[in-house]
Amino acid sequence: MLGTLVVIAAAAAFGMAFVALAPNRLVQGTGIGLSDLIHGWRGVIVVPMLLLCIGIFMRPTCRTNLMIALAGSLLLVALVWLAGDEATRLSAVAPKLSRVSLGGAFWVLLVVIWLAVVDALQRAGLGAMWRVVVGAAVVALVTGLVAWGELDQLSLLKEYANRQEVFHTALLRHVQIVGATLVPTLLIGVPLGWALFRSERFAPVAFAFLNMIQTVPSIALFGLLIAPLALLAATVPWLGQMGVGGIGLAPAIIALTLYALLPIVRSTAVGLGQVPRPVIEAAAGMGLTPRQIFWKVQAPIALPLLLSGIRITTVQAIGLTVVAALIGAGGLGSIMFQGLLSSALDLVLLGVLPVVAMAIMVDAVFRFMTLMLGRSH
Amino acid sequence: MIELQHVSKAFGRTKAIDDLSLTVRKGEFIVLIGSSGCGKSTTLKMMNRLVEHDSGRILFEGQEIRGFKPEDIRRRMGYVIQSVGLFPHWTVERNIATVPELLQWPGPRIRDRVTELLQLLDLDPALVRGRYPHQLSGGQQQRVGVARALASDPEVLLMDEPFGALDPLTRLALQKELARIHIASGKTIVLVTHDIDEALRLATRVVLLDHGRMVQSGTPLQILAHPANEFVTDFVGRSEIGIKLLGLQTVASRVRRNEPGEGAPVAETLTLREALSVFVTREVERLAVVDGDGHAIGCLHLGDLVKSDE
Repeated sequence: MLGTLVVIAAAAAFGMAFVALAPNRLVQGTGIGLSDLIHGWRGVIVVPMLLLCIGIFMRPTCRTNLMIALAGSLLLVALVWLAGDEATRLSAVAPKLSRVSLGGAFWVLLVVIWLAVVDALQRAGLGAMWRVVVGAAVVALVTGLVAWGELDQLSLLKEYANRQEVFHTALLRHVQIVGATLVPTLLIGVPLGWALFRSERFAPVAFAFLNMIQTVPSIALFGLLIAPLALLAATVPWLGQMGVGGIGLAPAIIALTLYALLPIVRSTAVGLGQVPRPVIEAAAGMGLTPRQIFWKVQAPIALPLLLSGIRITTVQAIGLTVVAALIGAGGLGSIMFQGLLSSALDLVLLGVLPVVAMAIMVDAVFRFMTLMLGRSH
Repeated sequence: MIELQHVSKAFGRTKAIDDLSLTVRKGEFIVLIGSSGCGKSTTLKMMNRLVEHDSGRILFEGQEIRGFKPEDIRRRMGYVIQSVGLFPHWTVERNIATVPELLQWPGPRIRDRVTELLQLLDLDPALVRGRYPHQLSGGQQQRVGVARALASDPEVLLMDEPFGALDPLTRLALQKELARIHIASGKTIVLVTHDIDEALRLATRVVLLDHGRMVQSGTPLQILAHPANEFVTDFVGRSEIGIKLLGLQTVASRVRRNEPGEGAPVAETLTLREALSVFVTREVERLAVVDGDGHAIGCLHLGDLVKSDE
């Protein structure tokens, strides 16, 4: 598996552009390969590269795995720095409007090296905990590079600098939409899951309905809500005044909640269903009231599965909120679509990257919580 | 203590219990026995209202059990089931402390009680109290299950095939513990089983059920010596009744006092069944008998085994 990664990485490194220089932000640039960038004292970067390659082809002991993880993490940070440094160098000599973007080789190397690091950590017997720690360290170092202005001349950061205010509003709105989706989802989903767990008659019908919602494409669901909500806002004026309407936040949150219900309801019902029957019988036989049985026995045993349901829901909502921008709900999707419409690739990235980062972070945090919970069992 | 008067119960169209009357007296060890589907588990569960009876009356301490809140009556009766049902997310200590915590005992009292119960059931408190159920063997889990049922010192212990899932050796060990606990505490115990040997070993009274009716009720000796009908004879194991009868009596009851015996002596507390085994393996007809301190007290003749004192 590691061997394949090395081949992919080498092919990308030599066959694709690491960065690209374009005369302005809208046209495609000419690529510059990784090998052209490494000269002078930048050659230091070869050290972690070699260590990584040697480690991969050596006998996989605990020590070599640790070496792979360390060299890989360093290399990740170094590659980001290299791109930034090259952008700084080029911007000093190139015309004013020209842009330096990240090329295919950069992204492929990023993914492949991270996979190698995760794989090495796992082989070294270090669990999910360490993956989080190493990931956080890499993110912290890259954040440091950004904070120091090392990456300022990259097109991505230039887009950010030009739209700082818009970006921050969009980011905040994105988080708000996700949060506003989760609250009703939990308030409806958990009791509904409990009810479906208790009722064998309605469960198949309800799950069929929730499954059906999931199969409706998100953009269609948003569209379907426009007419009824516009009608509602027209007939009940105070709702309209509160911001309910055919487009904007209301349909976005309603549609996202409908999507989010299935994983929450299912994980609640399945979680409760996996509490062994004898455990409940014993609890009842010892004189616990139904309420005590629920809170002391069923809920704690079902909690890890419920948490994984919330994790899936949250990650899904973060992604789907991008589409909500199409009906005027705002969020990072609005930046992405703006970029797509004006074919400014780096603007698209400015919208997409934070979404990906947010999803990965939420996923890691929930996995970590589930892990901690499992440890006490 | 518990009295069933003309109790009936049906699940859908099938009658599980049909006009059953049964009185459980204080300190008795009642074993409800019968083949599967005979209504023995249902009878047990009606006593703590896990199953509600359709007609007739069930009294606990002279009062109709429907007058109690189900939780109150259940907290006064320990309950043990075959699959144990320990709470997987709680330690052994918290499992045992379930009912005392519901009754809001003070912390130190609960801790002491847990220690005491673990010792009573032959578990090392220091080793076991912090463990989770999945870290214990099947036998240990059921020991904890019994400890949990005994935690608040309930007046009655209800046990639904408690040892059914254990291997023979562990089952025997736990049966001995239970017999010891019964003698030491004088608790009223109602146990459900389909294992006739378990019933004969533990019960002060065996109640044999079939199709929701009581077929016979009596001491193990009465059941074996005077089976009420062919069904009982078959159930207790037609061809082995004699052997099982011997298993209920000890050497002390047939020993000829002050007559010298031969060979290595046997203890007077041995069952006659075990003594018979010794006769056969040693190929002798007389055995020397000693008391608990090892003093010779007499001789057991092979021929005396078949002679009944009744």
